[in-house]
Amino acid sequence: MKKFTVESGLVMPLDRANVDTDFIIPKQFLKSIKRSGFGVNLFDEHRYLDKGEPDTDNRSRPLNPDFVLNQARYQGASILLARDNFGCGSSREHAPWALDDYGFRVILAPSYADIFFNNCFKNGILPIVLPRQTIDELFAAVVANEGYTLEVDLEQQTLCRPNASDIAFEVDSFRKHCLLNGLDDIGITLEDAELITAFESRWREKAPWYFAQSRNGAAENTDAADG
Amino acid sequence: MSGKTLYDKIWDSHLVKEREDGTSLIYIDRHLIHEVTSPQAFEGLRIAGRQPWRASANFATPDHNIPTTSEERKRGLQGIKDPVSKIQVSTLDNNCSEFNIFELKMNDFRQGIVHVVGPEQGATLPGMTIVCGDSHTSTHGALGALAHGIGTSEVEHVLATQCLMQKKMKNMLIRVDGELPMGVTAKDIVLAIIGKIGTAGGTGYTIEFGGEAIRSLSIEGRMTICNMAIEAGARAGLIAVDEVTLEYIKGRPFAPKGALWDKAAQAWKELVSDEDAHFDSVLELQAADIEPQVTWGTSPEMVSPVTGAIPTLENEADATKRGNIEQALRYMGLSGGTAIEDIQLDCVFIGSCTNSRIEDLREAAKVVAGKRVAANIEMALVVPGSGLVKQQAENEGLDKIFIAAGLEWREPGCSMCLAMNADQLGAGKHCASTSNRNFEGRQGFGGRTHLVSPAMAAAAAIHGHFVDVRKLA
Ligand code: SF4
Repeated sequence: MKKFTVESGLVMPLDRANVDTDFIIPKQFLKSIKRSGFGVNLFDEHRYLDKGEPDTDNRSRPLNPDFVLNQARYQGASILLARDNFGCGSSREHAPWALDDYGFRVILAPSYADIFFNNCFKNGILPIVLPRQTIDELFAAVVANEGYTLEVDLEQQTLCRPNASDIAFEVDSFRKHCLLNGLDDIGITLEDAELITAFESRWREKAPWYFAQSRNGAAENTDAADG
Repeated sequence: MSGKTLYDKIWDSHLVKEREDGTSLIYIDRHLIHEVTSPQAFEGLRIAGRQPWRASANFATPDHNIPTTSEERKRGLQGIKDPVSKIQVSTLDNNCSEFNIFELKMNDFRQGIVHVVGPEQGATLPGMTIVCGDSHTSTHGALGALAHGIGTSEVEHVLATQCLMQKKMKNMLIRVDGELPMGVTAKDIVLAIIGKIGTAGGTGYTIEFGGEAIRSLSIEGRMTICNMAIEAGARAGLIAVDEVTLEYIKGRPFAPKGALWDKAAQAWKELVSDEDAHFDSVLELQAADIEPQVTWGTSPEMVSPVTGAIPTLENEADATKRGNIEQALRYMGLSGGTAIEDIQLDCVFIGSCTNSRIEDLREAAKVVAGKRVAANIEMALVVPGSGLVKQQAENEGLDKIFIAAGLEWREPGCSMCLAMNADQLGAGKHCASTSNRNFEGRQGFGGRTHLVSPAMAAAAAIHGHFVDVRKLA
């Protein structure tokens, strides 16, 4: 995973509550078996005027001039300013993949859906929770000032804004550690392989019924086929 | 010290390690897999040269991408017209055989929607921790299992380590007291709950559903409730184990047998919240107050009793909410103040992991028996949740009832719940759907979804607009 230390970038406001993961990346793009290339279809149904398909050439599609992502002043934004319950709905990790692939590295919102919030950290995106009032202030500032940028310092847990005081934010210490060092969860967990093995054998003894079926379940399932 | 909730009990029994900040390693008993959220995870395993930690804990079936007409299905993988979808399904097959993972393949007669098939096969057992790269994994909580959706990185993590890294959530209890009125179903209960607490009301919680109205539901009804816990923002929903649970599981293929069953059943009886358990949040509802529900907007919380009307903007004081309603009504092509029963429909979809089990189909069949679909309904699909559900329905003659009434009888899969296959709702069309999400474009680009119970969807098919099923009895 990419390391995250400091991100200084242009802020794009998405003024809409309950942005769901279908909004972030519509389902037809989930057919891909790859992890990359989703950026051109980020917010697809709002960004383009026609319906996108995985194999269409996006360069020739009509853009929706009213959608914020298409406005000249927000080109190259890497910080997404959002509203409540951002990322609700499906668990698709394609949502953070699309945001990341487009170039967003930080999200600021008053609240997030759990699974999406979690998925962000796994992909080197930092989702920051800020009080609703602070978010309102930021929306006002971004809209009023073209080229509005913020600097996000993860180590210090601060957001530096132009001509105003810094904003402190919270982040889990373990997640912070992983982001700062670009650590991947599997590697960390496998350091505890012995603990897992020990747990597993205790659990197998205590609750053998969860381990009862044959290795591939096939034998039992053949019986079931008749009933 | 107060007692433990059901969630506390399952969490504690699966805790492998807890870090200082509360980040924990939780052991996972069952990992369900489908074709959409797994390819990148298997690819990750391969790149890192890892093997699944415990292959037998995994259970896979393709469901999202597969066609639902019998013509296409007969042709197997070749029947999938969309080449991208075909690759995804065959990738699942290849990954499962490479890593020795049990899979009900597309043309296995037991195949179906992963959340229907898991419980049906007994792969879902009480007290288990269950994960799947799919948010509706919450469904399995109906059997007293701690089950929740995960992202693809976590799919890979569970494959490689048999653990999930997570922080414990808070406990919420939602109690529905009293007896459920005639014509009101599990779907109406859960929609009413979401209408009350909102789509973020359960964020950060595991919700336990209790009370007489919940207890009196069958396991299938309980699954409908837990399925939509995620629509209330909660990653997991739970219902305590009782005799109904044990009855449901006994004899299923993956369930323990003989002496092992007796021991397991004994242990599972403990899977209830202690009487003095502490919940961080409690909500109480009266079943008698719940009416059949219909969503009118683009979020499951935008819901109304069928006897009600779409809210008017003037009545909403909160500016943000007013904006949301405005946006939703614009998308839905509806105006505030319209009576729910006056919403005209174009399509009907009966299916999805919320409502595609045998009891759902029976409910719907009862309503349409001997009648005809209204002239303005262009498409009405009935998509059973699994091959076994389909078989059972056909044994009972339900397929004939649907077909005689003018509905299409399809092969099992996710179908128009999310429209990843060819089953899609046209732009601007209104659909009465028994699924769980009414987001913009969910059932097809520009499509307009109204979430309802199976009986309400069936009645809407016959009348061409919403009607109160209680009046039909
Ligand atoms: S039926 Fe719908 S909600 Fe359920 S798993 Fe399939 S796509 Fe997801």
